[in-house]
Amino acid sequence: MRRHHDMGGLPAGPVERTEHEHAPWEKKVDAILRLLVAEKVMTLDELRRGIEELGPGAYDELSYFERWIRSIANILLEKGVITVHELATAIEAARARRAAAEACPKTVPAP
Amino acid sequence: MSPPRFRPGQPVRVKAWFPPGHCRTPFYTRGKRGRILDLVDVEPDPEERAYGRPGLPAVPVWRVVFDQHELWPDYRGPAQDRVVVGIFEPWLEPVEEAG
Amino acid sequence: MSHDPDHDHQGLDHEDHDHPPGQRHPFQPDLEDGPYTWHMALTDAIEQLLLAKGILRPEQIRRTLEDIDSKSPALGARLVARAWVDPAFKARLLADVNAAAAELGIDAGPIPIRAVECRPGEHHVVVCTLCSCYPRLLLGAAPDWYKARAYRSRVVREPRAVLAEFGLELGPEVAVVVHDSTAELRFMVLPERPAGTEGWDEERLAALVTRDCLIGVARPTVPSA
Repeated sequence: MRRHHDMGGLPAGPVERTEHEHAPWEKKVDAILRLLVAEKVMTLDELRRGIEELGPGAYDELSYFERWIRSIANILLEKGVITVHELATAIEAARARRAAAEACPKTVPAP
Repeated sequence: MSPPRFRPGQPVRVKAWFPPGHCRTPFYTRGKRGRILDLVDVEPDPEERAYGRPGLPAVPVWRVVFDQHELWPDYRGPAQDRVVVGIFEPWLEPVEEAG
Repeated sequence: MSHDPDHDHQGLDHEDHDHPPGQRHPFQPDLEDGPYTWHMALTDAIEQLLLAKGILRPEQIRRTLEDIDSKSPALGARLVARAWVDPAFKARLLADVNAAAAELGIDAGPIPIRAVECRPGEHHVVVCTLCSCYPRLLLGAAPDWYKARAYRSRVVREPRAVLAEFGLELGPEVAVVVHDSTAELRFMVLPERPAGTEGWDEERLAALVTRDCLIGVARPTVPSA
């Protein structure tokens, strides 16, 4: 069977020459992956397998680094490095930090 | 680790295997004939490493050259156009020299 | 609610709210002023958990982010320019890109990189049909199109049509060789030195070598005088 990521030779439209400067959160995903590989917590092969197992829908709908962080999360859960409970709590905490930062009022007028 | 089985220039065929699971052999090369270009390296088996196992003993990886006309019977470019793909040795089998 | 880009923190205390220990505002207003997506929260959550468990340390993450930002196609261009002026270096580059880069003080990372040389009658182009393998530890991030379906699907099957879309029309006298990066080996293209550059120094030559030249979807060209 052909897995969805294995797309060499399939019909496709013109190459849309899109580019974007990576956002800080995307670079952070990249950094986390590099360090987890360097520290031998997971391998690139596991990252790839995790991306493939997101399935065709997610593969096409998610952005590149969204696929990466989803795969990293699943592999870390699978290996018992983190738990679902910890992850749920940490996501909530991250959102709360962001909300607090966004609520930071403008205290001086722009020059 | 067993010694590498192939030599540069040797004709080979990629096995027409279609297992489920993770592998690094592109679908479009399966069952196709090519020639050995060179030995890339001996690497832990990604089919094992993808599932958290060490992938040892390590597996020789060969660069294999495929003529475009072998890969795609309807290819329209010149005969010398080709694709070079790294293939893990268990996926390769020797074939007789083309007559 | 968006973070106001005019918001100025200089010399001001944020008495009304707490920042996480040791952190300023954890995002850049100019780049991340959009909505805080679930995947961004997931990323921050995983980072915090890995730090809390002592699996990663903050300075490792900082150093890795700096390393990511330090890599660029300009490093590959330097290697190409040196190879154009120094045949002995070119031979070493073709034998081992990582070692040749180290000669110039460039860290190309632990994954081996192979240079594939364009010659008269032979053009090389690189892809990863299975994922997005790219010599990013030397050249920095791959462009989005390199990682997207159209390029990955088509360049192995109709490379000439894809190259033409990039403005590179090759005649039948030029063989097109596509390299599909499937193993722990990355590829960079060593393009042909364009005519009309005789006597140029390395810096001037390097400026001709774009990222797309290093992928093989373009050739270095001399701007017309």
